[in-house]
Amino acid sequence: MLAKRIIPCLDCKDGRVVKGVQFEHLRDAGDPATLAERYNEEGADELVLLDISASREGRATLLQTVHQVARQLFIPLTVGGGVRTVEDARRLLAQGADKVAVNTAAVENPQLVRELADRFGSQAVVAAIDARRQRLPPSLPPDEQLKSRAITWNVVIYGGTRETALDAIGWARQAEALGAGEILLTSMDADGAQTGFDCELTSAISHAVHIPVIASGGAGRPEDFAEVFLRGAADAALAASVFHFRQYSLRGLKKYLESRGIPVRIVAEGEA
Amino acid sequence: MIAVIDYGAGNSASVLKAVQHLGFTSKSVIAPECLQDAEKIVLPGQGHFATMMTSLRERHMLEPLREAIESGKGFLGICLGLQALYEGSDEAPDEQGLGILPGRVRKLEGVFKIPHVGWSQMEVRQPAKILEGIASSSFAYFCHSYYGPVTAQTAATTQYGQKFSAAVELRNIHAVQFHPEKSGEIGLQVLKNFLET
Repeated sequence: MLAKRIIPCLDCKDGRVVKGVQFEHLRDAGDPATLAERYNEEGADELVLLDISASREGRATLLQTVHQVARQLFIPLTVGGGVRTVEDARRLLAQGADKVAVNTAAVENPQLVRELADRFGSQAVVAAIDARRQRLPPSLPPDEQLKSRAITWNVVIYGGTRETALDAIGWARQAEALGAGEILLTSMDADGAQTGFDCELTSAISHAVHIPVIASGGAGRPEDFAEVFLRGAADAALAASVFHFRQYSLRGLKKYLESRGIPVRIVAEGEA
Repeated sequence: MIAVIDYGAGNSASVLKAVQHLGFTSKSVIAPECLQDAEKIVLPGQGHFATMMTSLRERHMLEPLREAIESGKGFLGICLGLQALYEGSDEAPDEQGLGILPGRVRKLEGVFKIPHVGWSQMEVRQPAKILEGIASSSFAYFCHSYYGPVTAQTAATTQYGQKFSAAVELRNIHAVQFHPEKSGEIGLQVLKNFLET
């Protein structure tokens, strides 16, 4: 039985974990290696580390952070944020990352996905897609819009600051064809709001591709995770704040999901 | 010294890290002579079956590896390193495998999502040194599109689309389809079992 994965995300800036709402209003959430160790002990299935530093100094710090996080970690580690070239990816993998996530650079140069897959294998390439719901045409009532497929999601880049005309479903399919091994899908509408994942978006992408989809953005209550697995057809769910600020533990969350009939891997206390 | 074969496309670094974490001296190996000095050999794997076999052949490591295995030296194949033990793979019909296990490696089918990525349970079907202390139904981390069929040497199976070999053991020859270096405590236990045999 394949378990649904729960993935804590460490958004890092200048060597610290930070968390904000839609990439703004950042607050400090701790030391990356310390948090990684805690999540590993609680039974995280994987970790994602996203660099949101804008500066060159921040990027140099990232390699150190990856090294420190990876050193004592024996579960998969994905690193992303600012990966623009094969060489950027190589450096991260050399510091102990297992997978690299590409976002803006892949949208601007889709061949990057292919180059990364050719060089490191598809299992090491995660296409990170930030998607935003398009404003609905006012002429149709909402249920008619759903039926007529009038709801679409466009890809946004540069941390959600720049809109593109790229359809998120089409881009996900293209990324798969180019050799991406997984999709990390963030709903920019839901991100940071803690009001639940965008299950329509997740389901649309998850059914459009044959590679695993990691749902991100919007995790609030444990029920939100159950929803994104049951209704959103997600293969994995990612969250940050709910874990960093100890709203509930990973172990507690997994026990809840198990009670809802969702297959999860529960690590006994003291076993990890 | 534990030789971890690096054929250019594998994930030897994370395997080395795990072996060293367990307190064993290990070395990334890209030349055949190093295999003779090694107490044990690990063949980690990732990527394409043809790339692995071609690369091993070009580095003149294929025959020394076969000889080392036949001489009784401890061997652990990981992921593609397990698949290398079979006669061949549908991923690369023109390439031959080591032929230590009967049958061919086939593509996973009957499931919507391929590759099989994530944590799956394995069912232990017969005792094996590398599975000592590992309970049946334990989760391990998998990442693969092809699988080795169940044979008499299969110690544990996993179900994804079909039932396949999750762990095999034949005398000094051990192999796992999952990634012990990425499977948390369970994975470290499997590695430790191999290193201590």
